This record gives sequence, C-alpha cells and structure tokens, in this order.
Amino acid sequence: MPPLLQLSRISKSFGAVRALNEVSFSLEPGEVHALLGENGAGKSTLIKVITGAHAPDDGRIEIDGRPVEALSPSHARALGIGCIYQQPALFPDLTVAENIALRLESASPARRIRWAERQAQAKELLHKLGAEIEPSVEVRRLSMPNQQLVEIACALGSGARIVIMDEPTACLTQKEQHLLFAVVRGLRAHGAGVIYISHRLEEIFALADRVTVLRDGTSIGTNRIDEINEASLIRMMVGREVATIYPPSESAPQEKLVSLRGLGSREGGVHGVNLDLRAGEIVGLAGLVGAGRTELARVLFGITPADAGEILLNDRHVSIRSPAEAIAHGIAYTPEDRRKHGVILEMPIAANVSMAVHRILFPGTWLRFDAERCLALDAIRDLGIKTTGPSAPAGSLSGGNQQKVALARWLATKPKLLILDEPTQGVDIGAKSEIHKIIRRLAAEGLAVLMISSDLPEILGMSDRIAVMRGGTITTILDGKADAHRVIAAALGQSGKEAA
Amino acid sequence: MTGRSPFQSVSKYFRELSVAAVLVVLLLVLAIAAPAFFDAPPLFSRLARDTPTLVAACGMTLVILCRQIDISIGSQFAVCGVCAGMLAAGKEPAFVVCAAPLLIGAALGAVNGALIAGLRLPSIVVTLATMVIAREGLRWTQQGAFVNLPDGLQWFGLAQRSGQWALIAFALLLVAAMAWVMKHLAAGRFVYAVGSDAEAARLAGLRPQLTTFLVFILMGALTGLAALMNLVQSPQVDPKSGTGIELKAIAAAVVGGVAVSGGRGRLWGVFAGVLLLACINPALTYLHVEAYWEKAIQGAIILLAVVADGMRSRKAREAS
Repeated sequence: MPPLLQLSRISKSFGAVRALNEVSFSLEPGEVHALLGENGAGKSTLIKVITGAHAPDDGRIEIDGRPVEALSPSHARALGIGCIYQQPALFPDLTVAENIALRLESASPARRIRWAERQAQAKELLHKLGAEIEPSVEVRRLSMPNQQLVEIACALGSGARIVIMDEPTACLTQKEQHLLFAVVRGLRAHGAGVIYISHRLEEIFALADRVTVLRDGTSIGTNRIDEINEASLIRMMVGREVATIYPPSESAPQEKLVSLRGLGSREGGVHGVNLDLRAGEIVGLAGLVGAGRTELARVLFGITPADAGEILLNDRHVSIRSPAEAIAHGIAYTPEDRRKHGVILEMPIAANVSMAVHRILFPGTWLRFDAERCLALDAIRDLGIKTTGPSAPAGSLSGGNQQKVALARWLATKPKLLILDEPTQGVDIGAKSEIHKIIRRLAAEGLAVLMISSDLPEILGMSDRIAVMRGGTITTILDGKADAHRVIAAALGQSGKEAA
Repeated sequence: MTGRSPFQSVSKYFRELSVAAVLVVLLLVLAIAAPAFFDAPPLFSRLARDTPTLVAACGMTLVILCRQIDISIGSQFAVCGVCAGMLAAGKEPAFVVCAAPLLIGAALGAVNGALIAGLRLPSIVVTLATMVIAREGLRWTQQGAFVNLPDGLQWFGLAQRSGQWALIAFALLLVAAMAWVMKHLAAGRFVYAVGSDAEAARLAGLRPQLTTFLVFILMGALTGLAALMNLVQSPQVDPKSGTGIELKAIAAAVVGGVAVSGGRGRLWGVFAGVLLLACINPALTYLHVEAYWEKAIQGAIILLAVVADGMRSRKAREAS
C-alpha cells in the first residue's frame, strides 16, 4: 500500500530566508507521525505546504501514491487533509452544528442548507469521537478541549484521512489531554494518518509511531519511536555550532538594578517570576512560543497589570501601572511586532525618535524642530540608520533600520533597563549583527538589558545569563556559557542531565 | 541630507495642492465667465455664512485625525444656538451669551468623549445616539419655536459689512492658529500619533484615551463657537439650525485630504476643501446651471477625493 502522504525534497524560501530545504516526509495509514523542532525550524511552513496554504518552490507531493500539482487549500481539503490548530478556528457565536455545517457545505451561497440533516450529522460525528457535546450549543460556551473536539469532528466530517494537529495539548489540562489521546488513537485505529506537532516529549513517546526532527528548515532524521530516546531527540534538535559572529561581552555586571519577586499576572498568564537584573548585564529570556516571555515583558512595562509579587527598583518597591509610569522609572521596551507598534510608520524618523521624550526635549510649550532634528541626527549617526534624513517617514526604512529607530526612541529616554522583544526578528544578517553590536555597547555603558529571543544562537551568543521560561514562569537560570542542550532541555521541561 | 528638493515638497503636499488647484481653476473660470461672482456685497455675505462650517470642519479634522467621527455636531449646534439665543433674549451680559455656547458645546463633547474614550465604544454609534437625543430633546422643549434675538446682538452691534469682516477675519485667524498648534505643539503631534497607531502611542508613554477625550471636548467647543457665529448673522435662531453641518464638515475634511483611517491630513487642505464645496452652489447660479446639480457635484467631488486616497494608499502598500 502506498503511503497516505509522501513529500519529496520540498523547498520553500521567503525572500532570502530558506524556510524549508529539501525536506522529505511520509505518512502511512494508521500512523501517528510526530514532527519536532525548535521555534523557526520550519514546522509551520511544512504544515502550510501540506494544507496548500504555501506553494513549495521545489519538490514533489504525492497523496495515495499519486502526484499532486498546485495544491490549494480547498483542493487539500477535498483530498482529505484536515488541520487542527492550537487555537480552534471556529465561529464563537454560531452553534456547534452550524460550525460543522459551514465547514462541510459547498461554497455555493444559493444552496439551501438542510439543517435537520446537519444537526443529525453533527450529532453522529461527535458521538463517533466519544464527545458529549450538544450540537445546538453555541461554540463560545464550550471549553477549550470541547472546541478542539468540534474541530476534529469538522475534519472527520469532511472525510479527512490526513489529520494534522498543531500543539493540540497546549491549552489542555492533564485530564483533557488523556481524552484527546484517546481520540488520536481512535483515528489511528480507523486507518487515518495523524501528523502530531508538540514540544512535549513525553506526549510524543506516549503517542507517536515515528518522529521526524526539523532544524533550520532541514530534516535531521526520521526514527521509529522505539529506536530513540529523549537525549538523542534533544541532540537532534540542537546539534549546531553557535556561530562566532557575536561580539564578545565587554562589560562586567555591576550592582543589582531590578529584582522581580514572585511577580505574577493572571491576565498575562505569568506567575511566580523571580529574576535579578544587573546594570551592564544582558539577560537572555529563552523559551518556547507561548511560554510567557512577551507577557512577562508586558507586565514589567505596565501594559498588563501585575496582581502578585513585586518589582524592586534599586531595592525600592515600585508599582508600574502604565507604560508612562514604566518610562518614568527608566524602563524601555521595544515590542515584538515592530511594524505594528514599535514605530509609527507614517511619521518622520525625527518625530518617532522624540516620541517618548517630549517633556524633556521641549520643556517650554512648543516643539523645537532644531532640537528634535539634532536628536534624530545623533541617532542616525550613532546607530547607523540608513536613510535620506530625519524627515523621511519611518515606513520608508528597511526592517533593521526601523528597529534601530525604535531603539533610538528608547535610548533618548536614557533608560536604565532596556527590554528587547525579538530585536532581530525579520532583520537581514548585516543589520542583525549591527544591532547586536549596539546592544553590547549599551550594556557596556551600564544598561541592564533583558532580551527576549526565539533565536537560540542569539540567546547563547549575546547573553551574560540565560533565564528560561516554561508555562508562564522562569524555571531555570543558566550562566552565559551554558550550551544549547541545556537551554532546549529547560525550555522543554526536561532535566539537563539526561540531555547531556 | 538636509536639502529637500521642490519635487519632494510637491509630492508630500500633493493631495492638498490638488484641492487648492481645483479651487483656483474654478475661481478662474468664474472670473472669466461670471465676474459678477466677485462682487463684494454678495461675496462677503456668502463667505460669512460659511464661517460656521469652516470652524466645525476644523474640529472635525482633529476628530478624524484621531480615527474617530462625530455626527452629533448638527444637534450640538442647534442646542448651543438656542441656549445662547435664550440667554441673549433674557438680556444676559454679552460675555455670558458668548461663553455659554462654547461651554455647552464642550460639555456635550465631553459626554461623547467620555463614552468613546472612557468606555471605548465606537464613535459612530455613540454620536448617532447623542445626535438623536439632543435633536429630539430640543424639539420637545422648544416645540419648533424660533428664538427672537435682541437687536444689539446682530453683527455684534456693528454695521453688517464690518460684522461680516469681523467674522471672516476671526475664522481665518482661528484656522491659522489651529494649524500652528497642530504643527508646533506636542499636543498636535499626539493627535497624529494616536490616529496613526494608538497602541504604538501608548507604548511610547502617550495617553491615547485622554487625547481622544480632549479632542471631542474641543470639537464640542468649536461647534458651540460655530453656533455663535451663525447666531449673530440673523435676527432669530431656528431650533432646526445646524442640520447637515456634520456632513458638510466631514465632506470638507475628506475633500481636503484628511485620511478617514486617521493620522494623516492638514488643516489648510481642509480650509481649501471648505472653500471648494462652498463655492459650488453660487458658481452654478452664476454659470446658469440648474441648482439641482449642486448636491450631485458635491457628491462627485467627495467620491473623487476618496477614490484618489484609496488609490494612493494602495500604491503606497504595493511600494513597501
């Protein structure tokens, strides 16, 4: 029998970034095949190729042994490919039956929907999954796992034989996970193939038949689950030399500047965070997507209110309830999505740079364009921003230079603590190393830097210490000489010894 | 690095310059075909009649720059006008008559602002509701009766010609002052920042909700001022006055190059927009075109402005 799905030497690039490099992957009927890899390894790109959302640049896709040309999302669905995302993509105000019907009905708007039939079908599908869900209930009233079950019912109802699950247990409790596992095993028993993505190694060992590890867009290897152990899986995920392009640390950490004591925020989903930040030190904040790193930064900057623990600044308790207060305390934050909220694209560079220092720069009442211009020219020179001049709109710059403008805005406030959220995401190599040099220089000048990054080499290359977050709290603090194994193991929740 | 070529300036101000150019062409056509258009007495009385719209359009510009809208200003205008008229009829001192509409307008604007900025409700719905409430409340109390004004109030007791001059000069001064504030005060820049990206502004330590609240208060106060400037031009106050002024103000802002998506636009462009839209009706009369065409032509101009903006922002997106 041919495999359900066979991908051969799939490649996909976005601009200069090679997201997938000749990746091959196969899925047999009645198999659970786990896909493993750190953030940015290419898992989601691979999934998008399978669901038809991205067309591969190169390579072959075969389904049931037949080659498929130009896979589109609707074509993929018709061929029996269903995908269940981490966050259910359902319509919250419609009932379960309506949601299922919407997925299964053909797209013709004039066609009459037979509700009684749909209701019955929804009931039958849910029953088959062993779910106790009333089809006439609105989806927003359902718990997260039940919503996921509805998603699975949609996939099954449309005749999916290739079911992709992207971190399905991320939002589930222990008990709900076991229910989900039973459903996955049921799918396997019925001859469907399941592609299972998870960061939790114990799940993979409990559920999968085979596992494929991706790293930097390349398939590192596919193994039967009984032929491999956790340590070698982690080795496969990491196994890379940290490039020596990172500038060396020049600063000696000085006195303690900020202490977090049991800091938590229910709204932000972080709890019990303990961390000291010293002047002149770069602390890398590592962890998987969803571990709560950005949320912690937002709590520190007063965007999300803290409701537990305390923040000590120079050993004095401070409360930070808004970004304005954070700025007044000498905290600066460059957000993750720089294009969205880091700079204001329509405004000139000069106005962007002076945005956070209006009161200092213009102590009188009106704006002084000469002072603003000097500030912007200084920033352009100091940070090496490539532009035609301070009056050019920020939107006209490249990603790396926009990031420098965002940095310049915060440096103008003369901060003591600088929080950087993914400072080099989507930035080209050249600008990336310039930004790294700037960060180093700032630390040498006595700033405390907290750098969130999903780029493991960046964390390893830049950090004086590495704090690893998992499940909304800092679980491990490693020194800057830690190796990739230990960071990955901590982020996955494995003890470092097994991995080494 | 420091020099900016004239071409760049033109492209930066292209939108405003094109409105001004259309206005100039229209005026040139009139100068040749119907020189009577520029006869002083009717011209000044027309300009004076349009000063309230200009003042309201300035406020509306700030509201739209904040990525909001206010359709309740027509009702605010009527409430302010009637209240001021009643105070004047009651022989209150002149400064009370002048200050009252501004304060009442600011209070009505504060209600809008509190609901929109404080509770984060959509401005179109909030101001639709306050529009109906103010208008119907006025009808209920006033029963459609006009308020007769004392003689001394008209043209501030000046001769008609000097009164018109005073109104026009005051309106021009106000536009110039507001344009200066928008460029040279930090507050003006906050308005642009909040309208471009409220979240980015908040992360930079600004207070977007406060900015929005204050802009709605200013809108209300300017509406009250517009009502006062309307009041002094006639012997009576119509409780139905101000109907449609919100549409005129929004149209002038859009034609003058203010982006409905917020954060982009200039007051002098709006100034040109007000003049352009105000010229159309008399121009038709002088050019012997049937006046029925006025609304259709105004609509076409608005549509043209929106289409031009849409095409320009699409081009900008494709370029980036």
